[in-house]
Amino acid sequence: MADGGWISRWPVIRQLKGEDGRRDAARSARTDALRPRTEEADTVARSVCPYCAVGCGQLVYVKDGKVSQIEGDPDSPISRGRLCPKGSASKQLVTHPGRQTQVLYRRPYGTEWERLDLETAMDMIADRVVRTRRETWQETHEGKEVRRTLGIASLGGATLDNEENYLMKKLYTALGAIQVENQARI
Amino acid sequence: MAECHPVGFQWVMEARLRGAKVFHIDPRFSRTSAVADRYLPIRAGSDIVLLGALINHVLSNELYFREYVLAYTNAATLVSKRFQDTEDLDGLFSGFDPESHRYDPSSWAYEGDEESEAETDEMREGGGQHAEAAGSDSYGARGAGASARPPSDPTLRHPRCVLQILKRHFARYTPEMVAELCGIPPEDFAELAEAITANSGRERTTAWVYSVGWTQHSVGAQYIRASAILQLLLGNMGRPGGGIMALRGHASIQGSTDIPTLFNLLPGYIAMPHAHRHEDLAHYLEMEGADTGYWGNRRSYLVSLLKSWWGDAATEDNDFCFGYLPRLTGDHGHYATVMGQIDGTVKGYFVIGENPAVGSANGKAQRLGLANLEWLVVRDLTLVETATFWKDGPELETGELRTGDIATEVFFLPAASHVEKEGTFTNTQRLLQWREKALDPPGECRSDLWFYYHLGKRIRRRLGDDEIDRPAIELTWDYPEEGEHREPSAEAVLREINGTGPDGRALSSYRELAPDGSTRCGCWIYCGVYADEVNQAARREPGSRQSWVAPEWGWAWPANRRILYNRASADPEGRPWSERKAYIWWDAEKGEWTGHDVPDFDLRKPPDYEPPDGARAEAALAGTDPFIMQSDGKGWLYVPSGLSDGPLPTHYEPHESPVLNTLYARQSNPARRTYDRPENPYNPPGSARFPYVFTTSRLTEHHTAGAMSRSLAYLAELQPELFCEVSPQLAAEVGLVNGGWATIVTSRTAIEARVLVTDRVRPLRVQRQIIHQVVMPYHWGYGGGGLVTGDIVNDLLPVVLDPNVYIQESKACTCAVLPGRRPRGQALLDLIEEYRHG
Repeated sequence: MADGGWISRWPVIRQLKGEDGRRDAARSARTDALRPRTEEADTVARSVCPYCAVGCGQLVYVKDGKVSQIEGDPDSPISRGRLCPKGSASKQLVTHPGRQTQVLYRRPYGTEWERLDLETAMDMIADRVVRTRRETWQETHEGKEVRRTLGIASLGGATLDNEENYLMKKLYTALGAIQVENQARI
Repeated sequence: MAECHPVGFQWVMEARLRGAKVFHIDPRFSRTSAVADRYLPIRAGSDIVLLGALINHVLSNELYFREYVLAYTNAATLVSKRFQDTEDLDGLFSGFDPESHRYDPSSWAYEGDEESEAETDEMREGGGQHAEAAGSDSYGARGAGASARPPSDPTLRHPRCVLQILKRHFARYTPEMVAELCGIPPEDFAELAEAITANSGRERTTAWVYSVGWTQHSVGAQYIRASAILQLLLGNMGRPGGGIMALRGHASIQGSTDIPTLFNLLPGYIAMPHAHRHEDLAHYLEMEGADTGYWGNRRSYLVSLLKSWWGDAATEDNDFCFGYLPRLTGDHGHYATVMGQIDGTVKGYFVIGENPAVGSANGKAQRLGLANLEWLVVRDLTLVETATFWKDGPELETGELRTGDIATEVFFLPAASHVEKEGTFTNTQRLLQWREKALDPPGECRSDLWFYYHLGKRIRRRLGDDEIDRPAIELTWDYPEEGEHREPSAEAVLREINGTGPDGRALSSYRELAPDGSTRCGCWIYCGVYADEVNQAARREPGSRQSWVAPEWGWAWPANRRILYNRASADPEGRPWSERKAYIWWDAEKGEWTGHDVPDFDLRKPPDYEPPDGARAEAALAGTDPFIMQSDGKGWLYVPSGLSDGPLPTHYEPHESPVLNTLYARQSNPARRTYDRPENPYNPPGSARFPYVFTTSRLTEHHTAGAMSRSLAYLAELQPELFCEVSPQLAAEVGLVNGGWATIVTSRTAIEARVLVTDRVRPLRVQRQIIHQVVMPYHWGYGGGGLVTGDIVNDLLPVVLDPNVYIQESKACTCAVLPGRRPRGQALLDLIEEYRHG
């Protein structure tokens, strides 16, 4: 690189002087000062892409309590560091402004959403499960013991963790709810 | 695969660089077609004709891997004299009841399988229930009982041996039929047939890869079966480079089946008990499958699960709380549930990271169901259409629903994303990978683990001394809580799934599970994921520092085996079929199986092991029986029990098809499930108003119903708008202009999309006529926090189900296409009426 003042280091000047504009002569002082976000991260978590079932490794970089970047994990023997357009965009999945962070409630016949705090919502949902279960309990069906409710059903997506599916099936079964389904059926 | 699983596809490209030939067979020309050696367009819904013709080609030219087939499959097994094939009954198997449209499968049994026949008689005593009992839901994944050593003819000449039955059954699947029904010319078929047979045998293996569109047909399970028959005949199962790979479309859809949130299964493919068949534990165990093969240990698996759920309350004296399990009485699947919502029997609904208002077939029926609930809980990252149907659903515009009339109480709870919680996904290779938590979720977002744990606690506090409350009160529900949100420990849940022994320590293998209640295990196939008190799914030894099998990255069920049934990678004597394809082999000096992977076989069972009389479970299988989950240890070319629509794949047309089934007198799968209801009208059979084949697909830049992609700026910009791909010929026929609008009509609804006229869509010559196919991606909707919106493609689809698994036929129906945008409001309903009845 040429010595001297900022003018002689200006990429355009260096390129006009014949240096290859596709190589070092494209670099400015500002370019040289840039650092990748991944270098400045406070922590890195080893994760897995949440879209399709290939299971590409992801590295999740966190800076100042926010996700600053998500990249492919080069150690993964499955993906070797690569991510597809969806996996590459997954930082937006976590940080995009349309993401909901508050509980919302629509009362029967209501025309708008209302706010509800999480604890209240959890209590209200528990009340409804208990009530509906009692109201729709079937001890027998066609003379056979069934001990179940057909009044409560569930449909889960297939991005649920195994541990989540496990608690769901366990709780529903103990409550006698059998219409427990998943995207895997669809 | 390049389109929807691009990063997995890198391995196909690696193989291609090393000389592999890649065929792509698909109604749609995709990114995969662009880089394949050969692209064969096929009419949607005709795959069994193609696969059947390949099977016929292999059988009639004696191209099967004889030694493999003889030793490892049921080719030699004799079938009951009572069995009649579709050849005998013109498209039906024996046992069909025309009134219920269901099969009694007892005549499909192996010869002399009296136990199984007696069992079926017992089922029949349940009156109308026997037909349900015939369904695969009754057997989990394992099929019903059959003996370990049924009569057989090793010369393969007996007219009732499986191989001869196969030969007769598939004889009519000829290259001419492939041309007539699939639209694939004979010369293209010949090239494919030559390639897969030349590339199979001792030295070479061929892999089949399907995406789950194969399952979305009224004969979906039989598509997979047809592929399995072909792969067994060619000796491609249990061997490196072989197999059938289901490319599943969601991060843990495999896990959602293993630890099922599915109505018919308990964790580890154990069947949910049925009211008419399973009065108590002993009865259940007796009825549910064979005593030979690994399912012979089912008492250990089930009792360990019950101990895991009900702990000290589960004792030998009370059947380990088996009576606490609610009972099934038939199909309680997703679509049956939706009909129950419309009928008012289902009052409350949880929708967790799912968007049926956009993602399920016949979206209108889905939304009418939602509108008839008492309460609905939706948990997601964004306000998906399922949460907002009362505010902005299409039925409001047509006047079919009014917001002020909808009584449904809706709770929307924001969810944590994949980086804001820890836990495991199980990928499409059965590999569990633990995700570390990067940070806490924002605001009121919580994990679903948090939601169900704390909901369970609240519900339990509200229950009393009532007898019906005991299963929930006595449930083990204590998990360590972490952090300010009191998040339950996902590792503690994973450890419970793994199971513990009498000493309270984590078990290392399902072989340690006991039938007497001394062990606990939440999912027997996952036993070992927490071996040595270590989270094995969190292992991250870099791929570059391991063998090509990479056994130290994550943990694969069962027992960290990367290829299932890999005993079949060695010959009957235990030697690799070839050095080139060596994978697992018998080390006679050490007296154990060894190789590149964990052997999927009893480690010390020698190849010459012969089971003694009366042996049970794995001891009943010989040293040459690789398919250890089957009662006879064989790969099943013919399935004597466990399927509800026949022991062999048979081509039936989709429920809606513009083509006549010229193979049989039966047009469509006689056992398919239909819903003849006002919400679910079908296009009239043979209607000239719906002349085109309609199918759906995905794009690289979006994900399923779009909730995880439409709201992302990058992805929305890359694929901003719904479109339909049509050929120049169809565009000319209908009057469509590239970049203009088209309206696509079925009896369910009409939607609009931008037109993409492209040579990539090729009209097919089928039965001396030209068949046009319309292909549409289904990622758009009216809201969902989407930066881009579009009509809902799945609204076009009818609800018709495969009778084995109750999956909808969403990959082949019929439609009409009009130029221009669709009408709005009442005019839209009028248009549909006109098409339906006009």
